[in-house]
Amino acid sequence: MDVILFLIFALIAVVCAINVVVQTHPISSALSLVGVMGSLAVLYLLLGAEFIAAAQVIVYAGAIMVLFVFVIMLLNAGAEARTGRSYLIPGAPLLIIFLGVMAFLVQRIFPDTTMVRFGGFTGGGPADIGHALFTTYLLPFEVTSILILVAIIGAIVLARKEIE
Amino acid sequence: MMNAVPISWFLTLSAILFALGVAGFLFRRNIITVFMSIELMLNAVNLSFVTFSYQHKEVSGHLFTFFVMVVAAAEASVGLAIILTVFKGRSTLNIDDVNSMKN
Repeated sequence: MDVILFLIFALIAVVCAINVVVQTHPISSALSLVGVMGSLAVLYLLLGAEFIAAAQVIVYAGAIMVLFVFVIMLLNAGAEARTGRSYLIPGAPLLIIFLGVMAFLVQRIFPDTTMVRFGGFTGGGPADIGHALFTTYLLPFEVTSILILVAIIGAIVLARKEIE
Repeated sequence: MMNAVPISWFLTLSAILFALGVAGFLFRRNIITVFMSIELMLNAVNLSFVTFSYQHKEVSGHLFTFFVMVVAAAEASVGLAIILTVFKGRSTLNIDDVNSMKN
């Protein structure tokens, strides 16, 4: 059952990710990226990360992708034009080599001793995350809020109209 | 046996998604699609964080995933503001046309 669930959603994720790269229109890429994020949320649930799965749907698929779609609509972005030189010739073999090395290392370092079962790890609920966030990771959490503040100010400064 | 997924499958899926993100980053010319490829790479890294968190029965990986999400949100807001500014000045979204710092 877990294997079937994993295979279905891994397949959806990979197909949608290929679609992100292949589609020429940005809005199609954005909708495919939403598909990737949704199927990754299901895989997070399978790994026992309930809070992260919810945050994935709300923050990534909900907030960030809406921002992307909003900018695509605002700029009226059409299909991209083929200009300049393509990096397909040097890039594609390098990527295939990278994938091969990664798959080899993963199979070698992690022989199938750890099996993932639904419910095998129950420490990923909101209470556990909150406890860790406000005890062990309190300083990174506070630094994160400063980062958000900097991002807000930066976005306002970049997007405002020039005042004479 | 059929009831459990090997942990290496999750890591291989993460590697595939990361490689596809790199491919989009390198091969695409539209600045918004390049930006979405970066988000795809961040998602792939998040998946391996959560997988390692499962392996060690430890909640830290979830926290790092949470921080990556926050950084991605900040990055998206600032990056899209930069894209808006570039488009206002040059009326193009093609990254080959935005090369004034090259020469």
